[in-house]
This record gives sequence, structure tokens and C-alpha cells, in this order.
Amino acid sequence: MASPEIEALTQALARLPGLGPRSARRAVLHLLKRRETALAPLLRALELVEQRLSNCHVCGNVDTVDPCAICTDPRRDQRSLCVVEEVADLWALDRSRLFPGRYHVLGGRLSALDGVRPEDLSVDRLVGRIAAGGIDEVVLATNATLEGQTTAHYIAERLEGFPVRLTRLAHGLPVGGELDYLDEGTLAQALRARLPIE
Amino acid sequence: MYVSRLALTDFRSYPQATIVAGAGFVVLTGENGAGKTNILEAISLLAPGRGLRRVALSEMARGDGPGGFAVAAKLASDVGEDVEIGTGASAAAPERRLVRINGAAAAAAGLSEWLSILWLTPAMDRLFSEAASGRRRFLDRLVLALEPGHGHHAARYETAMRARNKLLAEPDGADPAWLAALEAGMAEHGAAVAAARERAVSALGERLSAIPDGPFARAGLALAGWRPGAVPLAAELRASRARDAAAGRTLVGPHRSDLSVTHVGKAQAAERCSTGEQKALLLGIVLAHAELVAERTGRPPLLLLDEVAAHLDPLRRAALFDRLGAMATQVWMTGTETALFEGIGAATRLHVAQGVAAPG
Repeated sequence: MASPEIEALTQALARLPGLGPRSARRAVLHLLKRRETALAPLLRALELVEQRLSNCHVCGNVDTVDPCAICTDPRRDQRSLCVVEEVADLWALDRSRLFPGRYHVLGGRLSALDGVRPEDLSVDRLVGRIAAGGIDEVVLATNATLEGQTTAHYIAERLEGFPVRLTRLAHGLPVGGELDYLDEGTLAQALRARLPIE
Repeated sequence: MYVSRLALTDFRSYPQATIVAGAGFVVLTGENGAGKTNILEAISLLAPGRGLRRVALSEMARGDGPGGFAVAAKLASDVGEDVEIGTGASAAAPERRLVRINGAAAAAAGLSEWLSILWLTPAMDRLFSEAASGRRRFLDRLVLALEPGHGHHAARYETAMRARNKLLAEPDGADPAWLAALEAGMAEHGAAVAAARERAVSALGERLSAIPDGPFARAGLALAGWRPGAVPLAAELRASRARDAAAGRTLVGPHRSDLSVTHVGKAQAAERCSTGEQKALLLGIVLAHAELVAERTGRPPLLLLDEVAAHLDPLRRAALFDRLGAMATQVWMTGTETALFEGIGAATRLHVAQGVAAPG
């Protein structure tokens, strides 16, 4: 029987996304076996995260400074804003600096069936940012799921009347993708959004 | 593709049963309650969906069995290797459909790549007189065989509608922008659903009117109930919010459409025709659809005709067998008497009794 300390740690790890009781137990045993090389560095890393990281009060990103480095970066285009569901989406877009502007993290997606309401997301703060002016384009980069698209429509409704250009990401053929593996819905979108060859 | 071998384990009345069948007609005879329809139901599970009885998976496991069941089929064709398909549910998760294709776990939707299956059962006798939902389901199954993308739009439309109904039921009034966002999703997917139905009904209608006059009553098809109008669906939904909130459901949209069928020769609505005429109309639609699917996809659907032959006079029965024979597909038929199928020619004939299907 494991000690209460180990049990508590296992329980805490088991609740992390992608883990479960079995993987959590393995992780705990691994940490105990490698106290110096695994446990101590992990502990220090967790401590630093706990002490230093917080959510940017402007965009919702996670960083050691508030406002975050992206919001305060003078080289970024102040006039365009990209709206994403989660911080992970922001990281995905920013990994290769694809988007030159700044971001807004909603913190989720609308779902009447799961009880996620507009007030649970940072939509009011987004409307405030647009109302403050200085933004020309808002890219609605929500997921291509029904809930993601509903959220994008909702934001478009809320931003009606503001002098900003609203855009969304294209849907269609993934780069390196093969046609015969695509579902009909994606193929139909790709055909509708076909482009002339320059 | 046809089912050349079917193995049932703890399925309905069968602890264990194996059936070997040929490419054309497969005739199952036996007394009432012998388990003929159970075999058809097992085959219907080789396509996505809930099968021809439309019941929960847990109901299909044999009553005094260990829980869970399995249906394994070998699909053969003139070209290429056989395909092994297995489906069922385990005792631990009796409502979770398990699907394996050639030994690898697969999604149920992947089954439609191999087989398309149509059926006609006695439960569909009331199709023209019962609620519109039954006819809509029937129509959607016809559409799905012609346009596989139909299911995706129908599912998204339903999900958005459920969310909208939930919002409308909130006591302190729903957020109008949120409603508008859901209505935009319903409009996009609802328009795709409605358009696919219109296309299918018109293609099927053309096909039905092109068939020379024969012993089967000619059916005229039209969409009824809700239809897309001059007002876009999103605007229609917006205008309907107060009424929908009061009713507790959405009153406009493609989920309120209906399939209207008429007996062309008599210029009479199907629901006012005799029981025999209604059966013949339905059979005519299913046959025309099977031919249309075969022509469009090059793959005729497998047909499951439960207790169909018994209700036709000898002339019409012979005409049915001729037409089915011309379709070059596997047709599974059930009946209580072997005499019903005498004129059929070459067929796999099986006698079903006491949980066993034996050549007979």
C-alpha cells in the first residue's frame, strides 16, 4: 500500500489531461527513482511557473509579464487581432510567427449543451478592445467544429457596427493531404474556395 | 460485394449460427418467430446506424447469454479479395458499437465504404399513415445512399437545433447574438440537408416516371411540410423565436419537412390507398432507388426484403423476382412458405428453426 503522500501525488497527476491513474503511478515511481535528475528539476520548474506565470489581462495569453510579451511587442501589427479559443491555439499560430498581429484568447467555446455561456468567455473584453479603436481586422480563428463556428458567428454578431474587417480561416485541403482521404464536407469546402493558379 | 458468410454469436435468438450464401437471391423460410428477421437485422448492422429495427444495441444481445454479441461477415466480390467485417458490443459496454474491418478497429461510418444496404420490413407498412418523422427518416436513408455527406450536415443541423432549443427554454431570455450564431449554423447545414433531399426526390421521381407501366403502382414523390422559401432559413428562424420558445421546440426548418407520396394511376394520396397498394408503392420506391444507386455509384445496394413476397399475388411476385434478378445484387428475402419462392430460379435456400439456419 502506497503512503498517503504518494497517493495524493498520484491522484493529482491522474487528473491531468492525457494521464490516468495507471500512467500517474508510473510517473510517480519514475520521479522517486530519479530524485536528483527528474524530481528536483520538476519541482523547481513547477515552483517557477506557480510564482511567475499569470494570464495577460489584455489578451488572456500565459506569460511571466502582464501585459504579455506579445501584447507589448512594438514590432507586431497593432491593427490586426486574431481571436482563438485556447492558449494552445495561440501557441500553434505563433510557433512560426505566421500571424504578425496580436491575439485574443477566449478561454473556450460557446456550448449551450455543456453550459458554457458568453459570460464564461472573454467576449466582453474583446468587444472592449475593439471599441477602444485602432484595430482594422479581426481574424476569427476558432475551431472548424460546430461549436467553434457558432462562437465565431456569435462574436461577429457582437462586433456588428464596429468599423473592423472580420475574417475567418479557410477550410479545405490540408497541405500534404491526399484527396481520397478527405471527408465530403471538407472536399466540398475546398472546391467552393478554389483559387486561380497564378 | 455480397455477404458470402455470416456468423452470429449471442445475437438475438442465436447462440451460434453460421450461414453461407451465394451472390444472388437468399431465401429464408420458417415459421413465425423462428428468427428470420433476426438474420436480416444482423446483416443491416453491416452498415452504419442502428439496424432495421432501430433499437438499442443492448437489446440485440441474446437474452440468456453472457451479454454482448457479435456479427461477423465475409464480403465477397467477383474481383479482389474478400473483406472481413465484424461488429457487435461487449458485455462491459453493451451500448458501444464495435466495428472491425479486416481485423482492424474502425468507425461505424467506415462501413458505408464497403456495403450499402436497403430494407423493407412489415414495420414500414404504416409509413404513409404514421407521423412525418418516419417518412423523413426513410427519405434521409435514401438520400444518404446517394450523397454520403448528407449525414454530416444532418447531424450538425440537429446539434445546433438542440442547443438553440435549450437556449430558448431559459427563463430569463436567451442571448440574441448567441441565438443568431446558432441559427446561422442551422441555416448553413439545414440548407445543405434540404438541397440534398430536393435533389434525391427529383432524381428518384424522374426514375419512377421513366419506368414502363408494369404490375407495380407508380409512385409520385414530392417534398411536403416545411420547404425552403423566399425568406432565408436564418431569418425564418429569427422570426420564429417567440413561437418556438412557447412551443418548446423549433417549428420551422428541414426537420419539419415531409415526403408526400401519391398513387399516380389513381391520383390518390398514398395514405388513402389500400394496404396492398401502399406496400406496392413502397416497394416500387425502394426498387427504383436501388437501381438509381447502382447507376450512380456502380455498386447496387444489398436488399433485405422482410415478408414482402407473401403480400403479392403470383403475377406481381414474378414481376418482383424478375426485376430483382436484373439488378445483379444480393437480395435476402423471408417468408413462411417455400412455395412463395418457387419461381425464383437459382437461390441460396435456408430453413430457419430453433435458432438454426440450415440449407433446406
